Amino acid sequence: MRTIGPAWCFVAPALLVIAAFFFLPVLAALALSLTDFDIYALADFRNLRLVGFRNYVQLLQTPLFWQAVGNTLYFVVVGVPLSIAVSFGAALLLHSRLVKFPAFFRTALFAPVVTTLVAVAVIWRYLFHPHYGWLNYALGRVGIPPIDWLGDPHWAMPAIIVFAVWKNFGYNMIILLAGLQSIPDQLYEAARIDGASRWRQLRHVTLPLLVPIVTMVSILTIAGYFQLFAEPYVMTQGGPLQSTLSVLYFMYEEGFKWWNLGSASAVAFVLFLFIFCVTAVPRWLARRESAA
Amino acid sequence: MTRPLAGLLVNGLLLGGAMTTVLPLIWMVSVSLMSPGEASTFPPPLLPVRATLANYRELFAHVGMGRYLLNSAALAVSVTLVSLSFNVAAGYAFAKLRFAGRDRIFKVLVGALMIPAQVAMVPLYLLLKHLGLVNTYGGVIVPAMASIFGIFLVRQYTLSVPDELIEAARIDGANEFRIFRSVIVPVLRPIVVTLAMFTALGTWNDFMWPLIVLNDSELYTLPVALASLSREHVQDNELMMASAVLTTLPVLVVFLVLQRHYVEGITVGSVTG
Repeated sequence: MRTIGPAWCFVAPALLVIAAFFFLPVLAALALSLTDFDIYALADFRNLRLVGFRNYVQLLQTPLFWQAVGNTLYFVVVGVPLSIAVSFGAALLLHSRLVKFPAFFRTALFAPVVTTLVAVAVIWRYLFHPHYGWLNYALGRVGIPPIDWLGDPHWAMPAIIVFAVWKNFGYNMIILLAGLQSIPDQLYEAARIDGASRWRQLRHVTLPLLVPIVTMVSILTIAGYFQLFAEPYVMTQGGPLQSTLSVLYFMYEEGFKWWNLGSASAVAFVLFLFIFCVTAVPRWLARRESAA
Repeated sequence: MTRPLAGLLVNGLLLGGAMTTVLPLIWMVSVSLMSPGEASTFPPPLLPVRATLANYRELFAHVGMGRYLLNSAALAVSVTLVSLSFNVAAGYAFAKLRFAGRDRIFKVLVGALMIPAQVAMVPLYLLLKHLGLVNTYGGVIVPAMASIFGIFLVRQYTLSVPDELIEAARIDGANEFRIFRSVIVPVLRPIVVTLAMFTALGTWNDFMWPLIVLNDSELYTLPVALASLSREHVQDNELMMASAVLTTLPVLVVFLVLQRHYVEGITVGSVTG
């Protein structure tokens, strides 16, 4: 390699786009969150005032915002472990030597990942239907009375979690499966010779070797699940009783329904802060892993 | 556990899982072929009494579904073509060409992968409004012309291309652009196909940004149109299922044809380097 001028011709277009339409807006969002940018400022910039941290202080005093935070945390805390557990279980099954049609099963289990979220949310709205839905029909067959999945504030979020796991687990399944396949057979052989059972092989060979991949998968999944929006938008519109209103949904309404763009930017930053803090532990683990 | 019993258990569990993922999609197609009201009975019917295309005819004749299909296809194709050329060129340069600050810039880009796109949305909206792009195709295309993930994916793949290949072309007197076009792009074909598929499907499926930036229903993409229709037509199960089929069947078909590339992309993209 040597110093070449044309290199800039290769990177400049992409970098300019990313600078102008990503980095600049991110910095502007920080500035905007310190102003009272609203519908009046949208009409005339002279109505714009700097208000310091007032948007943040006001947010912290808004009960609806706290509800959105609580709902989002509920979704993340239950949804992420469940999602990764299902992905891991599916990857283990696919990795088994006893599988008859591995390619078919892999494709079938992965299919929901590529579907359009809005379209499959519409399907699941009907599967969850209290009278005509398949879910209640199946539960009725084993004697469980019908549940108003999307209409009952206690059940709406669990229903959305079930749907999100169904939609997303295939993605991590593929990554974890690749991780399982990269573990050399000799390690299992050595463990077998030492008399280790299947269970102990899983605990002492498979799991320790998968720690880096599971860490990375957790970071991506946590970040993704914090961005909950389309599911409640289509299935429940944030209801019933705001039980499925997420932070991002709150931001969307604050910004693009009420045009409180300063306050919406503050919400976006708080969301970023949440993601940053919650993923700090796995990110620290990942750095330590790659340094070792 | 004996071997046949374990085999039965493994395959049985996988079959159950596969039915859970695939049956809702098959049921979607089945309901879309039912006559209005047929799905709203108890127990829920599996198959239409007499399959009909009436819902699809209604969607194209009165709901403007053809327009939404066209919008989605036009946006997916244009975003893919533009962003592919920008990302592939940049990804190659970050892997193989030397320029001032290369590694530092790349580090900043990878660090920024952590920032959720939604943080940028409010100012981006204002910026595009200023540029006159809100409520136009441009509002969707322009911010998507390059992506950090795309650059990253191409760079990771390009690192495995031997330097000698490029050196040999340089010794033969080819200039950098020629090398890129006739040596690099052919070797990068697999990752280009993968990235094209990721971008096209991602654009087709994207919801939040088109929802924000496209206000005129004439410009709606399929997901935005479907979300708005499903709020108006809560009771029309069969019609909504037909719209869901039109929205998601194209991506499923593309995936089934090119799935090898898609799955490879996930594993390349997840190996952070």
